[in-house]
Amino acid sequence: MNKKQINNILIWFSAIVLIILIMTPGLWVVLTAFRPQVDVMAKPAVWIPRNLNLIQFETMLFGGSEGSMGRSPIPVLSYLRNSLIISFTSTFIAVLVGTIGGYGFARHNFKHKNKYFLLIMLTRTIPGISLSLPIFIIFSKIGLIDTHIGIILVFVALNIPFTIWLTDGFFRQIPRAMSEVAMTDGCTKLQAFWHIELPLSRSGIASAGIFAFLISWNEYALVSNLARSTDSKTLTVGLMDFTAQFTINWPGMCALAVFIIIPALILTFMVQKHLVTGLTFGGVKG
Amino acid sequence: MAKVSLQGVSKFYGKVQAVKKIDLEIIDKEFLVLVGPSGCGKSSSLRMIAGLEEIDEGIINIGDKEMNNLEPRERNVSMVFQNYALYPHMTVEENLGFSLKIAGLAKKEIEERVHEAAGILDITEFLQRKPSQLSGGQRQRVAMGRAIVRRPDVFLFDEPLSNLDAKLRNQMRTEIKRLHQKVSTTIVYVTHDQVEAMTLADRIVIMKDGIIEQIGTPLDLFERPATKFVATFIGSPSMNMIKASIVKQNNELLMKTNDGIIVPVPKDKQNSVSEGQNISFGFRAEDIVPLKFGQKPSSAWEMQSSVNLAEPLGTETLIFTNFGEIEIVSRMFTPEQVKSNDVLDFALNLNRTYLFDENSGLAI
Repeated sequence: MNKKQINNILIWFSAIVLIILIMTPGLWVVLTAFRPQVDVMAKPAVWIPRNLNLIQFETMLFGGSEGSMGRSPIPVLSYLRNSLIISFTSTFIAVLVGTIGGYGFARHNFKHKNKYFLLIMLTRTIPGISLSLPIFIIFSKIGLIDTHIGIILVFVALNIPFTIWLTDGFFRQIPRAMSEVAMTDGCTKLQAFWHIELPLSRSGIASAGIFAFLISWNEYALVSNLARSTDSKTLTVGLMDFTAQFTINWPGMCALAVFIIIPALILTFMVQKHLVTGLTFGGVKG
Repeated sequence: MAKVSLQGVSKFYGKVQAVKKIDLEIIDKEFLVLVGPSGCGKSSSLRMIAGLEEIDEGIINIGDKEMNNLEPRERNVSMVFQNYALYPHMTVEENLGFSLKIAGLAKKEIEERVHEAAGILDITEFLQRKPSQLSGGQRQRVAMGRAIVRRPDVFLFDEPLSNLDAKLRNQMRTEIKRLHQKVSTTIVYVTHDQVEAMTLADRIVIMKDGIIEQIGTPLDLFERPATKFVATFIGSPSMNMIKASIVKQNNELLMKTNDGIIVPVPKDKQNSVSEGQNISFGFRAEDIVPLKFGQKPSSAWEMQSSVNLAEPLGTETLIFTNFGEIEIVSRMFTPEQVKSNDVLDFALNLNRTYLFDENSGLAI
């Protein structure tokens, strides 16, 4: 065996180990979702599943049946609705505002531009969870607790800095001459942006969008404080419904977790092409 | 079709004044080239005409209309950029038709005009391709096509050939000239390459540090440079330039170089210089030739010097030799072998020697 082959084997071996490390917890969640509680709780552990079923999903989506530990069904559809409304709306607003902001930073010069940029990025250094109490107090005073709008506001604020950063890098990559030609070609500034610069930065905007969406979709800590009822609780917060005083319905929780992962996965695959170019090109600041 | 006029136009970038109150009249259908070293303000001037930079001072008119407060789209100018700036997400056809689409023209007319422009530039077969599938020269043509399809009053070219390799550059240069003959529209063309300027222009504007050094036809600038800068900038190889001061001997004015070499002041300049004046005198490579291989000029000054280096180019040979301490170039048109270290007699044509005042840089 020559050096190259040994190298190849080493690379493959470490890649496989790495993939196993990353995949195992996820795989375990998926498996648990299809297994009966007895199997999951068994000691010693049952590693290889003996029987798989869809009981947890049936219970979750269509109400209780036998074997669901007799708990009242969780309003998954309400949670799904909340999650969809909150994630999509906040993503839309964050991408809209962030793209305009990113364009502004990339194309316009104004006083203290770099300081403003840094300031916006610095907001990302504050751990989100440390904001939960101040946000809770403010929201409770103005009546935004347990509302879609309140949670959307929080996510928009969380996502805009990142969106600005990503799209700024992207707009910088488009030669200025591009919009200048468009303007001598008869476009207004807005038309040049709409016809030329926006389509050219789609990858960046798509990746910013997917990141914003995933952050909103998966966020737990902040929403768990701000959402109180089925009016605004999201799927992730709904996971806690599976814990009772003395028991945790692990298979049920995992079934919901699988349910949460699926849309995110689909969306990621849909924009994967853009995501790759978005991350490799847009991230580099010119 | 329109004339363009700039009156006292200035451009500031922060505290730096890039363009300093320039005045310029561009005649209808003229091919005008702005040339100068980088940072001379030529691109800023062009961009002010296009409306891409604000005019900080002065007035720009196209036709009889003031442009100062008009957006680029309202000026009816077309610009061709150095990096082409083709829209990468559109086909060639869409690139060409974009301005017409924005203007709201009917589909059929857009198609007609796009095909007409494509025909002029010989790019009809590429209409369905994306810019990334084109070579550099083809992209350049598409960029020009995009400019002519609008039938603008003025074409603006911003160093359109500097991204091309030497061979293609020569070819495209000819095509631009041909294009001008076909469409006969006013063209303002910016370049740093004096060869481009000489070959393309009806008139050349030489700029330096934000001011206009000289305006004139290519031959004007070549034969009658107004300043020392113009003299060294135009022509290749660059004009030989030697510093000297005027001294008087036997009632005759002479130029004494820093190395102590003494050359008579050309007859027609005798009355224009005075003793003690610091000057530079310049002469082109073809005006100092080896006596052996050239014709002796009627008013000559001779020197002997050894060859540092010879560059045979076929029709001509460039000989690098010393004038005192300063290296100069001589160009001879006879196909003779000259080798390094050959000692030759050179004759300088005094009738074609230029004098410049050292303080003002102006021609004497």
